[in-house]
Amino acid sequence: MTTNVAILDVSKIKHTSPGREAMRRLFHHRSALTGMVILGLLILLAIFSEQIAPYSPTQLLRDVDRRSPPCIHILGCPADQPEHLFGIDGNSRDLLSRVIFGSRLSLQVGLSTVGFAIIIGGVIGAIAGFVGGWIDDFLMRIMDVLMAFPSLLLAIAIVSFLGTGLINALLAIGIVSIPRFARLVRSTVISIKELEYVVAARSIGATQGRLLFGHIIPNSLTPLIVQATLGIGTAILDAAALSFLGLGAEPPRPEWGLMLGEERNSIFNAPHLVFFPGVAIMLTVLGFNLLGDGLRDALDPRLRGTGAG
Amino acid sequence: MLRFMARRLVLLVPVALGILLVTFLIVRLIPGDPCIAMLGERATEAKCEEFKDRYGLNDNVFVQFGRYIGNMATGDFGESIRFSRPVADVIAERLPMTIELTIFAMLFSTSVGIFLGIISALKPNSFADTFTMILANIGVSMPVFWLGLMLAYFFALVMKDTPLYIPPSGRLSSSVTLVNLVKEWGMTDLTGIRRFVVYFISNSAITNSIITGNWATLKDALWHLILPSMAVGTIPLAIIARMTRSTLVEVMQQDYIRTARAKGVWERKVVSSHAMRNVMIPVITIIGIETGALLSGAVLTETVFALPGVGTMLVQSILSRDYPVVQGFTLIIAIIFVVINLLVDVSYAYLDPRVRLE
Repeated sequence: MTTNVAILDVSKIKHTSPGREAMRRLFHHRSALTGMVILGLLILLAIFSEQIAPYSPTQLLRDVDRRSPPCIHILGCPADQPEHLFGIDGNSRDLLSRVIFGSRLSLQVGLSTVGFAIIIGGVIGAIAGFVGGWIDDFLMRIMDVLMAFPSLLLAIAIVSFLGTGLINALLAIGIVSIPRFARLVRSTVISIKELEYVVAARSIGATQGRLLFGHIIPNSLTPLIVQATLGIGTAILDAAALSFLGLGAEPPRPEWGLMLGEERNSIFNAPHLVFFPGVAIMLTVLGFNLLGDGLRDALDPRLRGTGAG
Repeated sequence: MLRFMARRLVLLVPVALGILLVTFLIVRLIPGDPCIAMLGERATEAKCEEFKDRYGLNDNVFVQFGRYIGNMATGDFGESIRFSRPVADVIAERLPMTIELTIFAMLFSTSVGIFLGIISALKPNSFADTFTMILANIGVSMPVFWLGLMLAYFFALVMKDTPLYIPPSGRLSSSVTLVNLVKEWGMTDLTGIRRFVVYFISNSAITNSIITGNWATLKDALWHLILPSMAVGTIPLAIIARMTRSTLVEVMQQDYIRTARAKGVWERKVVSSHAMRNVMIPVITIIGIETGALLSGAVLTETVFALPGVGTMLVQSILSRDYPVVQGFTLIIAIIFVVINLLVDVSYAYLDPRVRLE
């Protein structure tokens, strides 16, 4: 009897860890790559604002007309005039510098609100999912009520009693984002806590805390990372909206939404003042959305190609 | 089906109570004396006593909450501090605008979104598909108020003096006015819900002009709704297009589609009746979820287009600390949101028998 069975040369199989495999998928994902490039540039812009921006974001320039359009030398702007790539705003400040410094604020806004929502929402969701029973019911009914309001409107209502201002706006956006994370963590925890490795850990006498922090939470991070990335984009949009309405950041802070709101009445005579901050918001949110989609595909192969959300 | 609806309605009770509790607390949680918070500069010692008496602020919190629920159920939303008139009247004046805008934005986003989604799904990776999906990605990342301003700039300034000119602001052209139906019908002394409904119909430019048969006004009202609806509808449109595409691509590979084709059913009919019925289930869910975005978008877009709706009133009321109005509007928006989600659930059950039998 001849053996036709191909012998597997184990030594030739390239060993890849799940983490490395996920990274490989992420870097081969077209939209994730685009998202990472956008966010990479944005982070550089935020870190080196002082070096990149030609002026200070609050510096009032002399010898310039208010709301004058962009002046770019290679596009025919007379060389004797100072160069202002994005033009001058209503308080004779350099718009480009304000947009550059705005990147800092918008990253801080996105990370802080989502960080807040993940911590609070994660704890609520983990307790609800892990403990179950009436505590679960009680916590989830509270989340249902919060979800019964359109999120931005609830944020507006919360700002109405906290008072306007950037910090209060961030707090409001953080609060309205809690239910999303709480529900996500709860459902993941519930599905994981019955898996064999958790049951095994419990059977060898692991404590509740060890089960939760050592086994369940680390394994429920994947959907959380994806949701967090997408959530940052939403948070930035909501914060910009509150500032646009005059309920968030106060002047002269270089906040993109505020810059848009302040100049919304000059849309017909100085459209550049509305155009550039809006593009900045859009690119930032686009970056997070693309990266989030890419992460979902890379980290969770089961969801690949569903395009949900 | 009836049992399903009954169960959904029962489940609504705790959520409704929760919404009432949140709106009740919004005003109670304002730091400082509620009297000073509510009356502002007009708060004197005597006025405060009268105020506390009138609103029963001396009773315990549970009694107050019970009374609050009772008041809301009869349509008594309290009185606006700024306008010294019932909040219900202010709502009946402002809500029609926002509802009209939300409905038109929803029509725009679902019709165009589903259409683009189908085109992309039937020819995956074609130019139309790539283009639509890039557009969808950009669409979900745009701030709605920025899009509104850009649309206003393009259609009102760049397109000026062309047939494509669309007015960038206001509810109606300045030469057009609405007939006051409440006075016309001699119904000024109505109370409660009936008063609200009559005022609502009278204040909605669309229902008003249809009832009075004033077609020029109707045309003007719709003309002014085009840009705001496009602005509000774009983000949901992008999401609906993406959802339709991915679901349809998946559905088209199912066995029953192959069976339908094998039977010799026309391709167009395969898509329109066999596939679309199944595609609509997730798409309708998305539409329900996006209602919140539509309502929020309407609030933001009203500011951009200077429309007299809930959003502009809400922001002014917050800035001038007119809490009864903030409370009333928050409550009414939450109710609308919950009702729309209920309708979505019902249509879901109608489309998918499995949901009913659960």
